[in-house]
Amino acid sequence: MTTETKTNKYGIGGARAKFGDRWAALPKWQRSLAFVAFVIFLYYLPYLGIPGLTWLRTDYIANGNNWAGVLFTCAVYVLIAIGLNVVIGLAGLLDLGYVGFFAVGAYSVALFGSTQSPIVKSLQAQFGLSEEWAVAWAVCIPIALCLAMISGVLLGGPTLRLRGDYLAIVTLGFGEIIRIVVRNVEWSGGPAGIAAIPGPQGKPSADNNIFGLIDAKPWYWLALTTVLLIVFLVRRLENSRVGRAWLAVREDEDAAAVMGVYPFKFKLWAFAIGAALGALSGLLYASRNGFIEPNMFNAQLSILFVAMVVVGGSGNMAGVALGAVLLAYLPERFREFSEWRFLVFGLALVIVMLLRPQGLIPSRRRSRELKDRQEEVAVGV
Amino acid sequence: MNFDELFGHLGQHTVDGLSKGAIYALVALGYTLVYGVLKLINFAHSEVFMVGTFAVLGTWTALGATSNPSVGMMILFLLAGLVAGAVASGATAVGVELIAYRRLRRMNAPPLIFLITAIGLSLVLSEAFGLWQGRLIKGMPTIVEREVLFTIGNTEITNTQLLTIVSALVMMVLLDVFINRTRYGRGVRAVAQNPDTAALMGVNKDRVILLIFLLGGLLAGAAALLYNVRYGNTRFNVGFLLGLKAFTAAVLGGIGNLRGALLGGLLLGVVEVYAATLTQSNWEDVAAFVVLVVVLLFRPTGLLGESLGRARA
Repeated sequence: MTTETKTNKYGIGGARAKFGDRWAALPKWQRSLAFVAFVIFLYYLPYLGIPGLTWLRTDYIANGNNWAGVLFTCAVYVLIAIGLNVVIGLAGLLDLGYVGFFAVGAYSVALFGSTQSPIVKSLQAQFGLSEEWAVAWAVCIPIALCLAMISGVLLGGPTLRLRGDYLAIVTLGFGEIIRIVVRNVEWSGGPAGIAAIPGPQGKPSADNNIFGLIDAKPWYWLALTTVLLIVFLVRRLENSRVGRAWLAVREDEDAAAVMGVYPFKFKLWAFAIGAALGALSGLLYASRNGFIEPNMFNAQLSILFVAMVVVGGSGNMAGVALGAVLLAYLPERFREFSEWRFLVFGLALVIVMLLRPQGLIPSRRRSRELKDRQEEVAVGV
Repeated sequence: MNFDELFGHLGQHTVDGLSKGAIYALVALGYTLVYGVLKLINFAHSEVFMVGTFAVLGTWTALGATSNPSVGMMILFLLAGLVAGAVASGATAVGVELIAYRRLRRMNAPPLIFLITAIGLSLVLSEAFGLWQGRLIKGMPTIVEREVLFTIGNTEITNTQLLTIVSALVMMVLLDVFINRTRYGRGVRAVAQNPDTAALMGVNKDRVILLIFLLGGLLAGAAALLYNVRYGNTRFNVGFLLGLKAFTAAVLGGIGNLRGALLGGLLLGVVEVYAATLTQSNWEDVAAFVVLVVVLLFRPTGLLGESLGRARA
């Protein structure tokens, strides 16, 4: 039963492993040089005109081209995927409500930074401030991170003691609850949403010559810089004591507990850190967009986020980044076929998972693990 | 908070909630059956239900159904709808197992992979129906006209409510008997308890798994008929929210437990109707999830948390 599926299993994966080995064998200076070149290439991307690749229709300018805007979307999605990868890929917690944290970040900057938000208005009335006053954008960042970590702990505290499958439905419910709450309470702007969300240069206006609404390139560079910073930080975290604890908990919670790792504590940390990263990406997204409304944060988006992580290769940062870029870029590129987009998206998910169950670029540890499982296979469900 | 309305018509709202919850319970049984045997959340089950609603609608259209038929025609339409819904949903469920799950099981893939293929397949199904049938809400003829059958106190019980609750209970009992009394049911319980040992004892595991997908599909088809009778419309994404609720119901009752799914479904329906009455329906979805979290806090395996395998083994 197993032998027939085993024959061509490691075809592509094998080639990749060899590439990985050769890469690891290169001298350090060559690797750093290649890395620097790659980063420069990423920053140069908005100017790069590759015919076919960069032609992206926009809906708000007739025949407009939105290459830089799509790059920004890709960068934000990569940030989301890296954050969710901490939760799913490293700690092994299936979180289907990640859009909730994304919404917390977006609403933090909207509610505290926009002059139109009910909260800012009531603060103005309370302290006799001018009508132009709102919390500065830079101050909104720590607010968003704090609120997200608090909501991560509030959600994780009671639910992380549950088993994996129960966690999935509870988090899915959490994402929906956040959306329904912001739609139904008065202090969040309700179903109409909130406009005039500030960026680094303050609220949207004609004076904003760098982070304006028209030119998306500076936004892309801002998002890219954030992504690179976060990649560096998460990589440090992955190789730390905390990261090893996550892997141990993911592989076998009971064994980890016996070995002196307290699973609940580390799972809660993973949840809080993942939430903070989700909020950061939500903040960037809302600032660029200038306007948010509750229906932007539906459960389908959550599922898309999980799909990015799993399709790319959960547990591997390069993999999840690739998954995020693909799933953000392809729908934009094929906007003309909008009716067919999600059908094809669903088909692609099924096919990728059936052909490469460990994702496009699997984590090396993960693929080894999968190999072991396949050897013991046969009867197990 | 409209407490007067709730307590003034408590019986009415309870009956309404039970009839709403009966539909959740029938769909929840599909989740619970698959979970009980495979330890797997079948996310495509909501689309199995959606296919059923369209099959029922298609059959009624083909038979030329109009609103308010005579009693004989009404029974004919209901039976034809039941058969069509059950066949379509059952076939879809079996198709999901054959396409999405069987190959992955052979590879012994980690659970997350099953989840993503299921999500992908449910996207494919709902989008295919969106393209084929259009994305607008599709109304349908009122086969069973709502009328009050009898009154207890100030509680009016209508014929559709009675039909929904009674047929859900009947199907539930039939399923329970099938799982607990028949030879096939014994196979299901054996695989649920320990797949490897069951295989060694000569149970054909693949056939048992096909059987549970088929059973779940048949029940989802029946739920689709009841949904069409109750709400009188369907849509390509009708499965999403209903599937979510049904899964919540399954977890609430203790996933993997058949009677738990029934209890969870009915309870969830009642809670939702109460919450909708209190808050003018803004918060009913929130109430459902809050109840779920609270129950799981105190009973981490759901209300009747025991597995299919251990139930009367």
